[in-house]
Amino acid sequence: MTACLEMNAVTKAFTLHNQGGVTISVMSNANLRVGPGECVALVGPSGAGKSTVMRMAYGNYLADDGEIWVGDVCLNRASPREILMLRRQTLGYVSQFLRVVPRVATTDVVAEPLLALGVEPRQAHARATELLRMLNIPERLWPLSPMTFSGGEQQRVNIARGFIHAYPVLLLDEPTASLDAENRAVVLSLIEQARDRGAAILGIFHDEAARQQVCTGEIDVSEFL
Amino acid sequence: MNPILEVSGITRRYGDRIGCADISFDLYPGEVMGIVGESGSGKSTLLNCLAGELIPDAGRILFDSRAEGVCDLLDLSEMQRRVLSRIELAFVHQNPRDGLRMGVSAGGNVGERLMGVGQRHYGNIREQALSWLERVEIPADRIDDRPSQFSGGMQQRLQIARNLVTSPRLVFMDEPTGGLDVSVQARLLDLLRGLVREMGLSAIVVTHDLAVVRLLADRILVMKSGQVVESGLTDQVLDDPHHPYTQLLVASVLQA
Repeated sequence: MTACLEMNAVTKAFTLHNQGGVTISVMSNANLRVGPGECVALVGPSGAGKSTVMRMAYGNYLADDGEIWVGDVCLNRASPREILMLRRQTLGYVSQFLRVVPRVATTDVVAEPLLALGVEPRQAHARATELLRMLNIPERLWPLSPMTFSGGEQQRVNIARGFIHAYPVLLLDEPTASLDAENRAVVLSLIEQARDRGAAILGIFHDEAARQQVCTGEIDVSEFL
Repeated sequence: MNPILEVSGITRRYGDRIGCADISFDLYPGEVMGIVGESGSGKSTLLNCLAGELIPDAGRILFDSRAEGVCDLLDLSEMQRRVLSRIELAFVHQNPRDGLRMGVSAGGNVGERLMGVGQRHYGNIREQALSWLERVEIPADRIDDRPSQFSGGMQQRLQIARNLVTSPRLVFMDEPTGGLDVSVQARLLDLLRGLVREMGLSAIVVTHDLAVVRLLADRILVMKSGQVVESGLTDQVLDDPHHPYTQLLVASVLQA
């Protein structure tokens, strides 16, 4: 299955009610389209709104106006239930931060997206360990909670979670940020494979060489203001 | 898919004061909804109205029951209501003492529910009780001990087993991790998440703990002074709050 990610004339401002009611406009006209097999990088200076675009594309921030489409679902009109179903089946997100239930084993954390889709536990765990091995997470860490892991290890757990299901649309927030050369290469090849199977990928890559290698296009977010 | 619960216009006053006013929402099968707000915001009043512990002054609560089809919980006779509460609804109290029979063994607490739905075979009942104790991580050799001999975390897990053994469709939870150590909270949260997924439960969870609601609930209602001031997908409401009160609530959480 393939799907597109599209934003049409999206606006977003934050009103801080408890800080004098100031309104900060972040974007007044965001437009983008990522089709199947494309990997588009969001570029622009820090604070230009790259992360805001990613979060809106995931339904984590609410757009004030305009339309955000993932496949045939319009995020800013969908019910929570529809967005959750979309996230289970269609829309994957590798964030920079790992947020998990404490004391849950790494293999379970990674297998969870497949379990939520109703995949057999044995099969889901087999796929989880395969990804953890590929991403060089030492086997003795698998039964432990990733909350105590190093930054780079946590990031790889996040990546394993994000790539365990073949999401038609993938959002990647700095997927190679704190990785060494070897693991960086593994992650880039995972991204290439996803792109080649027809995923529509939107990402933030500060790593310019990585961008050159995997991206098919760039969008400068400062034009959205 | 039809909602399992359609709530409209639920209002409850305490004399001149408003407990909760004109609350409406739908809950779908498999959905977990959190209700957050400070104490006095009306979240427990609403939960108690939904769970039949309080009678609202106005409103409708349509429940899609396995046995009877869609019925208004507020129109049922006391008898019908009790049958439904035993089989299709469950209530996990903040204090396990309110949901357990403290003078009866752990196995008896779980088994009693099965007898309540007509099971009579002692061997089967004990076997199911044992399997549920195992699911909630209570050692099998504690089956004949009374809950009063259990730690707070174990009591809470026993209360969950007692409530879920009859496979209800809808579970109400009032601060389920409330009085527990943080270390015990995490384990309980993981247990609840697993059970919700495996059993396809729908649940309504009242809590003032935003971290708990983030991990447990698909969507939330934010309440203040008896009204719902904001609602939506849990992570969206917590990460991009729009109402001044929600912003204050989120901004007031201490970072550990």
